[in-house]
Amino acid sequence: MSTLLIIEQVLNGLQFGVMLFLMAAGLTLIFGVMGLINLAHGSLYMIGAFAAAAVAGLTGSFVLALIAAMAAAAIAGVLVEMLIIRRLYATDHLDQVLATFALILIFSEGTRWLFGSFPLFLNIPDYFSGPVTLPGGIQYPLYRLVLICVGLLVAGALGLFITRTRVGIQIRAGKNDREMIAALGVDISKLYTLIFALGAALAGLAGALVGAIQSVQVGMGEPVLILAFVVIVIGGIGSIKGALIGALLVGLTDTLGGIFLPELFKLFMAPSAAQSSGSALASMAIYILMGVVLIWRPTGLFGARI
Amino acid sequence: MTDPILATHDLQKSFGALKATDGVSIDLLPGEIHAVIGPNGAGKSTLIAQICGGLMPDAGRIDLLGQNVTHTNTRKRAKAGIGRTFQISALAMEDTVLQNVLLGALGASGSPWRFFRPILSDTTLRDKATEALTRVGLQDYAATLTSELSHGQRRQLEVAVALTLKPKAFVMDEPMAGLGAEGSKLLTGFLDALRSEAPILLVEHDMDAVFALADRISVLVYGKIIETGTVDQIRSSQAVREAYLGEGA
Amino acid sequence: MIRERHLNALVLLLLFAVPLWAFFNDAPFTITLATRAVIFALAAVGLNIALGLGGLVSFGHAVFFGIGGYSMGILAHHAQTYTPLMEAPFLIEGTKSMPVIWLVAMVTSAFAALLIGLLSLRTAGVYFIMITLAFGQMFYFFSISWAAYGGEDGLSVYVRNGFPGVNTLVPINFFAICFVILCLVVLLNTLIAKSPFGLALSAARQVPQRVQTVGLDPTRLKLVAFVISGVITGLAGALFADLNRFVSPTMFSWQMSGEIMIFIILGGVARLCGPIIGAVTFVMLEHFLGGLSEYWHIYLGVLLLIIVLFARGGLVGLITGREVAHD
Repeated sequence: MSTLLIIEQVLNGLQFGVMLFLMAAGLTLIFGVMGLINLAHGSLYMIGAFAAAAVAGLTGSFVLALIAAMAAAAIAGVLVEMLIIRRLYATDHLDQVLATFALILIFSEGTRWLFGSFPLFLNIPDYFSGPVTLPGGIQYPLYRLVLICVGLLVAGALGLFITRTRVGIQIRAGKNDREMIAALGVDISKLYTLIFALGAALAGLAGALVGAIQSVQVGMGEPVLILAFVVIVIGGIGSIKGALIGALLVGLTDTLGGIFLPELFKLFMAPSAAQSSGSALASMAIYILMGVVLIWRPTGLFGARI
Repeated sequence: MTDPILATHDLQKSFGALKATDGVSIDLLPGEIHAVIGPNGAGKSTLIAQICGGLMPDAGRIDLLGQNVTHTNTRKRAKAGIGRTFQISALAMEDTVLQNVLLGALGASGSPWRFFRPILSDTTLRDKATEALTRVGLQDYAATLTSELSHGQRRQLEVAVALTLKPKAFVMDEPMAGLGAEGSKLLTGFLDALRSEAPILLVEHDMDAVFALADRISVLVYGKIIETGTVDQIRSSQAVREAYLGEGA
Repeated sequence: MIRERHLNALVLLLLFAVPLWAFFNDAPFTITLATRAVIFALAAVGLNIALGLGGLVSFGHAVFFGIGGYSMGILAHHAQTYTPLMEAPFLIEGTKSMPVIWLVAMVTSAFAALLIGLLSLRTAGVYFIMITLAFGQMFYFFSISWAAYGGEDGLSVYVRNGFPGVNTLVPINFFAICFVILCLVVLLNTLIAKSPFGLALSAARQVPQRVQTVGLDPTRLKLVAFVISGVITGLAGALFADLNRFVSPTMFSWQMSGEIMIFIILGGVARLCGPIIGAVTFVMLEHFLGGLSEYWHIYLGVLLLIIVLFARGGLVGLITGREVAHD
């Protein structure tokens, strides 16, 4: 097990983690402030990826593609919020789960109808492709490094936004007491739409960025959605910090687990059995992590203590 | 000196820097109604929660019939003999009045681990439930959905559920809350007669009811009991006057 | 407006009559479709005990559906390949006997539900939903990587399993077996709902602190409901695998969990026949709309949205004219 491989996998884990953070940040704000479970967040991720692929295909510009991704996802988010989500704020969790599940069906099949079942391709732009030599002689894909940087930048910007701006303060206050800030004159429905759009844009951005290294296809959003939920449950609902730490934990656990667990099993099992058992356990590792965290802290690492 | 049914010894509870319960020692003697009054924010609800088991005190002791129940949970305390009513009615709104009272009877006497025979065919439970309903005057509403009851009737139902438990002590959190003059009078009369069955620790804001019912009154201010005494003693106490009306009143 | 009791009877009657008609008119595919509806209904009735009665929004009930399916798949696989499951310390051979398979499916589901319930019920609200979803994912990924039983490709069972005295290969016979099981479970559901346990559970769903103050344990009540619910859904899974003679990881998928919930919602939560009506409606939509357009999920999504937003009592609510179950 070479150090090079370990470092490479740690970086992969970080990259996976920050992309998860983009999804989780939106989700945790939406649930933390509006009390809404939004299963359709994965669809917004998918919409971002498809918009990016379409625009990149038309114009050849990656930057335009990213902007299109965020715009398309944000617009879809705003429409959905105004037409449907609004009616769900006062309902119980079951209704929210079902209504947003219905949205997944509509978005997924709608996208399949528009674009067909075959995956689209989004290419890493030339100026981001190829490996970069890191200190220590490690070769690592430049694009993945860019993703890590983008993710951390967004985390920083989001943190500043939440703590330093007026809207950010309204969001934090809204998390604690919705009725109070409405009574204080804050326009709740505009605030909610803004939060939803922000979360959607982040999801769309993530979809576009990841779409370049994986494929852009219908149903790509749901696995990420589920992971994002695991992240916010681990991190604590409503906490951006929790979302970041949770995302990094999940990213690293998944990536490193996939490498190390089979190796661990090889110590006392035949190689092929070790590989399959190790991989099996690795795929479950994140959920086991979540289970352990919830048993220790039923509301997550940084969630409200009850 | 008779032994108290319920007693707290130097109860302490803080929420961060806020001391909600600061060395509270009160007791409940057999056959009495002991009222706990105090201005808003005094910590009455916190005290009730600790006595009934929803909240664990930081320090101090709670005894029920001589047994130390400080660290037992709500369920065990209910089984040990505490009959609680809630300030905000905690009733199953989708169920009928009878079903709510049956829940009390079920908890008190039966085991809930019966799956095959309808609960309505259990005459023992049914009788107990109907008896409690009759005592509070709701017997005609047995089949009514709880959501259709008036506020006053829901308060009556709260009491009925507590009755089925045949508790050793009642702990009532603002039973008069939201009742009009007529309702208050009726409930006051009812509680007056109830004390012979089991003593009542009564948290209340309605002073007419308190002065009419209480054998003893304890005044809770900022988590501390500033005075305990009879109605006349409390009425004429300078300390109490100051607590409610401010200095120089 | 029709009374709910009459609607329940009507639904069961139709569900029995239609395949019978199909039998006499030589339309075996209709019988298979009806069997599919009955099995889905069974899974949904199972979930409804946790969801409707207990208020537990379990988004991972596919775990039990899959456990039931794989119980069947594994036992039948070993039987058809004449290899034992285990030789030491006990000799366990495969079996193709339905009653044995059902027993294994139900016991395994019960264990799983007990474990999952114990862990999950420490949480509430959205955390509960997520942790049940997570358990579903765990089993899903595990079954994909379990190459011995097909992994992602799944496992085929060549011949339908046997039931003493019945030729299970005949579609109407297998339908009858499933239908009888459904009726028995519906009866069980009715009894539970009216029993002392049902009353306590209903209260635990609505006012858990009240339940504590009368001396009962709401968490334990919910756990028992969860286990019963898992056992029934597990049985449905075993039957489903037998219907298709195939079991695969998709039985564990979150989409499957969502579908079981959809069956309940379409029909109406906490209604006796809600899950049945919902399952039948779903299968009919799947068949008819699916024949019209391969994008029929869009229509399903729209229908679901309409029901959640505007018709909270589901189809049963619309037909009986009442939002909440009454009789």
